[in-house]
Amino acid sequence: MNMSSRAERSVVEGPRDGTSPVIPRDPSTALGMTTRLDGELLEVSMGPQHPSTHGVFRMNVALDGETVVKLKPVFGYLHRNHEKIGENTSYLGSMPYTDRLDYFCSLTNNWAYALSVEKLAGIEVPERAEYLRIILAELTRLQNHASLLGFLLSDMGAWGTPLMYAFREREKILDLFESLAGSRMMCDYMRFGGCRVDAGPDWIGRAKKVLDAFPRFLDEFEKLLVSNEIVIARTQHIGKLTADLAISAGITGPMLRASGVNYDLRKVDGYGFYPRFKFRVPLGDHGDTYDRLMMRVLEMRESIEILKQAFEQIPAGPVMNPKVKLRSFRPPVGEAYGRIEGPKGELGFYLISDGSSNPYRYRVRPPSFINLTILEDLCLGHTVADVMVILGSVDIVMGEVDR
Amino acid sequence: MPGEFVDQIFVAAKRWLLSLLPHAPDWVVQIASALLNIILLLGVFATLFALISVLERKILGRIQNRYGPNRVGPFGLLQPVADGIKMLIKEDVVPIRADKVVHFLAPIMMLLPAILALGVIPYGRNMTAFSIDGGILFFFAVGSAAELAVFMAGWGSNNKFSMLGAMRAIAQMVSYELPLLIVVLPVVMIVGSLSPDAIVAAQDGYKWGIVPRWFVLTPWGAAAFILFFVAGLVESNRTPFDVPEGESEIVAGHMTEYSGFKYATFFMAEYFGMFAVSGLAVTLFLGGWHAPIAWLEVVPSYLWFFAKLAVLLFVFIWIRGTLPRTRIDQVMSFAWKFMLPMAFTCVIAAAVWHYQAHGWAGWLSSLGIVAVVYLGLSRLLDTRRKFATRTYRFAE
Repeated sequence: MNMSSRAERSVVEGPRDGTSPVIPRDPSTALGMTTRLDGELLEVSMGPQHPSTHGVFRMNVALDGETVVKLKPVFGYLHRNHEKIGENTSYLGSMPYTDRLDYFCSLTNNWAYALSVEKLAGIEVPERAEYLRIILAELTRLQNHASLLGFLLSDMGAWGTPLMYAFREREKILDLFESLAGSRMMCDYMRFGGCRVDAGPDWIGRAKKVLDAFPRFLDEFEKLLVSNEIVIARTQHIGKLTADLAISAGITGPMLRASGVNYDLRKVDGYGFYPRFKFRVPLGDHGDTYDRLMMRVLEMRESIEILKQAFEQIPAGPVMNPKVKLRSFRPPVGEAYGRIEGPKGELGFYLISDGSSNPYRYRVRPPSFINLTILEDLCLGHTVADVMVILGSVDIVMGEVDR
Repeated sequence: MPGEFVDQIFVAAKRWLLSLLPHAPDWVVQIASALLNIILLLGVFATLFALISVLERKILGRIQNRYGPNRVGPFGLLQPVADGIKMLIKEDVVPIRADKVVHFLAPIMMLLPAILALGVIPYGRNMTAFSIDGGILFFFAVGSAAELAVFMAGWGSNNKFSMLGAMRAIAQMVSYELPLLIVVLPVVMIVGSLSPDAIVAAQDGYKWGIVPRWFVLTPWGAAAFILFFVAGLVESNRTPFDVPEGESEIVAGHMTEYSGFKYATFFMAEYFGMFAVSGLAVTLFLGGWHAPIAWLEVVPSYLWFFAKLAVLLFVFIWIRGTLPRTRIDQVMSFAWKFMLPMAFTCVIAAAVWHYQAHGWAGWLSSLGIVAVVYLGLSRLLDTRRKFATRTYRFAE
């Protein structure tokens, strides 16, 4: 993490005191850009107050006209000491904090944390709870991807129209969360050993109704998205990420699969009951912004398939392992890393237990943060306008990046 | 005749007001007449601005699946009043390192040409505020001053986002000024006059008693109208060409460092510019204040003008609610590679149409010219090899 922002403030090489001319690194060879004769670059600090940096994210950008020749991301404006708080709180006490990591997908955060504690203490989860977890995780994926597409098109200057339609669908899913967990965004629903409360008898029926209406929205959205010439011209061949670079940088999630790497933790790890479900993993060939966009659309279709199967298969029974004592929870000494395929990528929690009621070490592997580290490589050689679109397609939430 | 009276009611009212100065010298009467025109023009368009700003928000709201403003007054119609009060009592922040004079003058410079351009448009029968022989020339002469104002705002603010926005604005406005001017040429050629009144008069009457003789109903006119409208979108910095103030990229472009009423002035100038371009489009191609059907001429002429203006403004708003923004290099290449050749084609097609006596042969051959060039350009500029929808593979 680049916390020494003051030292990094001047992103252009060379002295800035005006005594000698600023000569930038010759970009014409490496990046395929023309070198300006006067060698003058414009340094712009985009953020932390900027309409479309998705929160308090900051980029120091060096521009040659409109072309980006250097870009340094600056993080940390939303740092809330999440990991240290986790070490000073009981295992159960950290659960509500995980909601605040990526506040768009609190339920998948809950699951990842619960999964790692279950690994640490070797807890069994009842069957109905596993199904509920899958249903909630896929609903979370639906609403996250839908609103991401909306935000991305807003970044492209579509004045919020796609965003509003995406939010209409998201609203229905949030209503489901509210009636189940009591909160729309900060759900705090899962526990190690199951889920907090059972879904009522009519909840599954209502969820089915929401799901039945979703493909219609998706068809409409995809048709407008795919056939719109401006969207295609703004996203294709922009921000290309090669598979090699993606793997070596640790990129995960839809962003990795857009580069053509077949890596989905639901298939690789097979956590939960995912091996019981039949679904496909979409893969892109170009690794550009358009592929990243389409990955989300196609993944939503697969999520709908998973949800349909889950609604049919879900059994009756308890949702909580009765042996787990949540209040005085003391796992055995050891360490565990639990990870799931979150909507944004691999979300993992690494816990070290010393046998006390608090974890000795509590570490989050945030997909947003690690996917964001590649930003400069994606943006070099493109224009300022493209930077925003690329940033939108990475899908970040600052709560998770800065923690 | 009552229809005639209603049609000419504003002209009669002005004549009556001027008759209150019976013994005044000529120059006093002339100044009074000009002042009356200015007051009416500003009053009408300030009201229209207020109305359109709230209507735009309501229409955009409906497009975006939400209600627009509906709290202030009936149906939220008093929203512009509340907005105006808010803007007036806001703190006017001037950056400490800004060029104060330029920073102050830029919004005024922006609004002035838009208002001046409104003066030459005929709003109804005998209702041109300033009937100049070279009205079209005057329109573009003052209209191009807006570019200067944008650059003043960008430079005077001493802000990088403003500077980037101003650079983009200059680039695209200068580029689109060219097709905007050239598509006006065929109309001027056919009519043989630069006076807006003469252009409207040339579109009077109905072919076979039904089809109006508007220029938009000829092949070259239709092409020129579409080109004019697109160039007008760019000149007034509206979506999908709102690149200079691209909110998600460069905050607010040249308006980044403006607040309070100066910002409102920019906003007003944008709308006045929109009115002026739409008004000129109505005058040049849509028959000005003429009715579309002969027996509808009982409706006063100014109502027809404003009805056509309202339709064009609605299309502006509709496009804004629908399309994402293009990128500056795409905007520029569209101007030079497509708009400009098409604009010249319109000139040639109009000439052919004119020298075949406005008949069927001319109609067909001008359609042929426009179609051939359009199809040829589409073939040349085809981007389907680079930009196309894709199919994806799946892993089980």
